[in-house]
Amino acid sequence: MAETRTGGEGEPTRLPANGPVVLVIEDEAPIRRFLRPSLTSQGYRVVESETGEDGLLQATSRQPELVILDLGLPDLDGLEVIRRLREWTRIPIIVLSARGAESDKVAALDAGADDYVAKPFAVGELLARARVALRHATLGREPGESTFAVAELRVDLARRRVWLGESEVRLTPIEYRLLATLVRHAGKVLTHRQLLQEVWGPAQVEQSHYLRVYMANLRRKLETDPARPRLLRTEPGVGYRLLTD
Amino acid sequence: MEHDRPDPDALLARVREEQARQQRGKLKVFFGAAAGVGKTYAMLEAARSQHEAGVDVVIGWVDTHGRAETEALLPGLEQLPPRMVEYRGTTLREFDLDAALARRPALILVDELAHTNAPGSRHAKRWQDVAELLDAAIDVYTTLNVQHLESLNDVVARVTEVPTRETVPDSILEEAAEVELVDLPPDDLIRRLREGKVYVPEQAGEAVRRFFRKGNLIALRELALRTTAARVDAQMEVYRRDHAVPGIWPVAERILVCVSPSPFAARVVRGARRMAAGLRAEWVVVNVEIPATARLPAADRDRIVQTLRLAEQLGAETATLTGHDVAGEVLAYARRRNVTRIVLGKPARPRWREALFGSVVNDLVRRSGDIDVYVITGEREGPQLAATARPAPPVDWAGYAKAAGAVAACTGVSALMLPHFAPANLIMVYLLGTVAAARLGRGPSILASVLSVAAFDFFFVPPIFTFAVSDTQYVVTFAVMLVVAIVISTLTTRVRAQAEASRQRERRTAALYAMTRDLVSQQGLDELLQAATRHVAEVFGSRVAVFLADPDGNLVRRAGDLAAETNDPSELGVARWVLEHGQLAGRGSATLPGARALYVPLSAARGTVGILAVVPPSGESLGTPEQVHLLETFAAQTALAIERVALVDEAQQARFRSETERLRSSLLSAVSHDLRTPLATITGSASALVEGDAALDEATRRELAQAIQDEADRLNRLVHNLLEMTRLESGGIRVHKDWHPLEEVVGSALARVEKQLGQRRVDIDLPPDLPLVPLDPLLVEQVLINLLDNAIKYTPETSPIEISASVEDHAVSVRVADRGPGFAPGEETQIFEKFYRGQEAGTRTGAGLGLAIARGIVEAHGGRIIAEPRPGGGALFRFTLPLAAEPPEVRTDDG
Repeated sequence: MAETRTGGEGEPTRLPANGPVVLVIEDEAPIRRFLRPSLTSQGYRVVESETGEDGLLQATSRQPELVILDLGLPDLDGLEVIRRLREWTRIPIIVLSARGAESDKVAALDAGADDYVAKPFAVGELLARARVALRHATLGREPGESTFAVAELRVDLARRRVWLGESEVRLTPIEYRLLATLVRHAGKVLTHRQLLQEVWGPAQVEQSHYLRVYMANLRRKLETDPARPRLLRTEPGVGYRLLTD
Repeated sequence: MEHDRPDPDALLARVREEQARQQRGKLKVFFGAAAGVGKTYAMLEAARSQHEAGVDVVIGWVDTHGRAETEALLPGLEQLPPRMVEYRGTTLREFDLDAALARRPALILVDELAHTNAPGSRHAKRWQDVAELLDAAIDVYTTLNVQHLESLNDVVARVTEVPTRETVPDSILEEAAEVELVDLPPDDLIRRLREGKVYVPEQAGEAVRRFFRKGNLIALRELALRTTAARVDAQMEVYRRDHAVPGIWPVAERILVCVSPSPFAARVVRGARRMAAGLRAEWVVVNVEIPATARLPAADRDRIVQTLRLAEQLGAETATLTGHDVAGEVLAYARRRNVTRIVLGKPARPRWREALFGSVVNDLVRRSGDIDVYVITGEREGPQLAATARPAPPVDWAGYAKAAGAVAACTGVSALMLPHFAPANLIMVYLLGTVAAARLGRGPSILASVLSVAAFDFFFVPPIFTFAVSDTQYVVTFAVMLVVAIVISTLTTRVRAQAEASRQRERRTAALYAMTRDLVSQQGLDELLQAATRHVAEVFGSRVAVFLADPDGNLVRRAGDLAAETNDPSELGVARWVLEHGQLAGRGSATLPGARALYVPLSAARGTVGILAVVPPSGESLGTPEQVHLLETFAAQTALAIERVALVDEAQQARFRSETERLRSSLLSAVSHDLRTPLATITGSASALVEGDAALDEATRRELAQAIQDEADRLNRLVHNLLEMTRLESGGIRVHKDWHPLEEVVGSALARVEKQLGQRRVDIDLPPDLPLVPLDPLLVEQVLINLLDNAIKYTPETSPIEISASVEDHAVSVRVADRGPGFAPGEETQIFEKFYRGQEAGTRTGAGLGLAIARGIVEAHGGRIIAEPRPGGGALFRFTLPLAAEPPEVRTDDG
C-alpha cells in the first residue's frame, strides 16, 4: 500500500538524496501522481499513504519532517489524524482541503495544523508553504532571530521597533503585538482565534471585529495601498498571513 | 340521412358503459317465478359446464336444501367453507365474502341473491356482497325469485297476500350481463311440492303453503316471464341503437312522480317505476315541502326521505320543492323539465276534507294543461308498514293548563268590565285570549276556543251560572265566536309552524354556508380539515375525525380526536372499505352497522380522497335519513375543498417542474459548451506535450503547459459558480454576518482575481471613515469577484476598473464600474437572470451565472443590486448592504 521511493523515474539526480522526508497522506492517486515528482524534484524524499491509519503508522515508522495531509480521507477524519499526530509530535502539517470549506480549514488549523492549501492549487504554492513550515520547525528548536525584514518592512523584535524603508513607524501597543505575532509566524497563516488569543488574551477570542479594525489600522500604516495589501494578506474566512516573499 | 347514424355522444357513452362492464365482473341471474323451479340446479349445471371448459369456478354459497339431484352436481367443484357467525346463542352459516375476494376465482356461485345477512356481517344484504364481488372483477352466478324484485315486491304481496321482506334493487337485474329464466309450469311445481322436492321452512309452513296456490303460481310465472321479456325488449332496443337499425322511436317521455309523507308513497313510486321502465322514460320523483311539512311528526318526515331514497335506488332522479301551492309548484317544475306525465297517489282522505280544503289531485288535473295526470290507487301498503305505526306525540299538559289559565284570566277581566260594557264587547276579550293561547299549539288553542265559549255562556249570559241560554240569539253568538276562535288559532299555529320550518331550513343552510365560507378561506390542507371537523362536530353534536388516504393508499388521521375509537383494526377496516367503495358505512347505516362510528366517504370529482368519521353522543345514532343526507352534503363540501387545495398544490408543483425543466436544459447547454471548451484545450495541449515531447522546443512546451493551467483555472471557476448557484437555489447558503471593514473584503477579492486582472488598472476609492459593515466576507467577496470577472470579460484588456463605496440611507453602497461597451438597451435586468449571457459575449465562456449569483448573495444580505449605464460610457454595477444596527464600538489604543 505504501510505496516508498526516493527520486522519480528519469528524474535528474542533481539534488541531494538525503533531503527532508515528506509524508503525503492522500487517497486520490492523480494528486499523488503529480505531487511525487514535484516534491522529489525539489529534493524531498516522498513517503505515500492512501489512508489515515496507514499515514499514522508511516509517521511513527518513517519519522518524516513534514506531513501533507488531505482532509477528506476514506477511513479517518483528517482532523482526527491531526489530533493523533499532535499527541506525540510537533512536525509541521500542511492540510489539503477543498475551496469553500473554510470552517474545515479553521478547525484543522486550530487543531494544530500549520498551514493549508486549497484544492485546486498550483505546485508552487504548496512548495512555498512547505518551505515556510520547515523553516518554522527549525526555528522552534533554535533561538529565534531578533530582526525580521521583508520588502520595505523591518521589525526589530528585541527593541520593539518598526521601520518602513528609512522612516520608523509608530505603532500602538496592540498594533505592535499583532504585527509581532505575525512576524513570529511569518509566512504561515494564523486563524482569527489564534491571533486574538495571542494579542488580546483567551477572554477575547470571539471579538474578531477588534482584530479586523486593528488589522485595517496596521495596513494603513504599513501598506502603500491598504485595499491591495502586499504584506498583510487576508485569508478569507480563515485568518491572516504575513507574506515573506 | 343523419338519423341512420348513431349519435356519437350516445355511442361514446355506450362504449364507456361497455368498458365499465368489462372491467367489472359479469353477473348472471337464474331467475324464477318461485322457489322450487330449479334455479339452483340450473345454476350448478351451468357452472359445471364452465368448469369443464377450464374456467376457475368456485362455489361461494349454495343451498341444496338436501335435494339429492342438486347435491349430485356438487362434487368436483371447489366450495368455499361458510363463515360461522355467532348470533344470540346460535351459530349461523353465512357466505364468506372476504374468503371469496381473497380466493379471487374467475367465476363464483352465490345462491339466493335476496338473502339478508346475519347481523355483524359487512353488508346487510347479500346482493351488496355480490356487487362487491363484481367490482372486484369476479363473475358471479346467482339465483333470484321474482317476488324479491324491489319494484314488483308490492304487486307480489297483493297477489299472494304474503309479504316479502327481502328485496333486491331492480338495478341489479338490469345491470346483469345475462338473465336466464328458469321456468316450470305451475302444475309441475305443485307436484314437486307435494313430493317434498321443494324446500319449505318448517316455521313458516302455513304461510308458504298459502303462497304456493295455483293462482299465485300462475301470476308469479306471468310476472317472471314479463320481467324477462321486458329485459329482452330493452336489449333489443340497445342493439338497435348500437347498430342504427331504423325503427319506431318512442317519443321521449319524462315522468314526474309526486310523493307525500303518506305510507302509500312507496307504492306510488314502485308503480311509477314500472311505468317508466315500460316507456323507457326518465323519471323524477318530487316532494313538495309546504309549511305544514315541518309540523309533521318525525316518522312522517323520515318516510319522505325514505321514499326519495327508494326512488333513487330504483333509478329515479329526486327533487324537493318548496312552496305553499303544491299543484302550482309541481306544474311549474314539470313544465321546466318538459315532463309528459305526472303520477300521484289517489288521496285517501274523507270527502268532506276534500270539499273543505281542496285536493291536490283535482287542482293538478284542472291546471295540468297538456300534461297527462295519472292517479294510482292509494291502497294501504303491506303489513310491514302498518307495523311502523306513528308514535303518538307526548301530550303537552302544560299547554292545556296554560290555555285554561288564559280563559280564566279573560273571565276575570270580563267580570271587571261587565258593569261598564255590553256583553258583546266581552267576546272580544275572549278572542284576545284565544289568540294568545294559539301560541301554545293546536290542541290547547282549540281547548281555549271551546272553554271561552263555555265560560262566556256560564258567567255572562243570562241566566248566569248555568249553561242554559234564555235568549236563543246567543246561540248564533256562540257559533260565530267558536268559529272565529278556531280560525284564528289555526291561522296562528300555521304561521308559527311556517316560521319554524323556515327557521330550520335557514339553520341548515346557514350551517352549510358557514362551513363552505370557512373552507374557502382556508389555505392549507390542515387548517381546512380542522375547520371542516369543527363545523361537522358543531352541527351534529358529535365527535368527528377526518382521515385522508396517503399516496400509498393508507388512511391517516389528519384532523379530529377520535383516536380511541378509530385505532381499532376492525374500525379501520370499515373506514378502508368506505374509502375503497366510496359508500357510506358504519353505525346506523345499512353496511357494517356494528361499527362504533359512522364513516362517510369524502368523494369529489377524482374519486374518494378520504373518510369523515362521526361518533354521535353515546347511545344515539344519526338516525334520520335527513340528518345523514345533511352529513353527506357536508362531506361533499369538504371533499370539494380538499380537492381544491390539492389542485392548487398540483398547479404549483407543475409550475415548479416546468421551471426546473427549463433550468435543467439551460444548464445542460451551458455545461456542454462551457465545460467542453476548456476541456478540449486541456486535452489538446496535454496530448501535444505527451506525444510530441522531443520535437517541441522549450518555449512551446511552456506555452502549452500555460494553456493547460489557464483553462483549468477557468474550468475551476465555472464549476465553482455552478456549485454556488446550486447552493443558493437549494437554500443551502447561510449568511454568517459579522462586522467587517469593506476594505479588507475588496482586498481579498482583488487578490483572487489578480491573475486575470493582469496589467489592468483598478482604481479604489473607499472613504477612510467608512463604517464596519455587517456582511458575510466570503459571500460578499464572491459578489465582488463576479462583478470584477464580468468587467474583465466584457472590456478591453487595458480598460480600467473602478471600485468605490459610500454610505447612503442606512446602507453601504458599493460600485464597480468599467469603461467597456456597456449594456444593450433593456439588458440591465436580464443580465441578472440565470444563464443569461450578454450580447457581446460572443465566444466568451462562462455559464452566465456570475451575476445571478451576485444578485442572490446581495439579496440574501437584504440588499439590492442594479446595473446601469455609466455616465461617460461603460457599465456600472451598484449593490447595497444595509447597515442594520449601530456598528460595535472598537476602542483603539491610539490614545
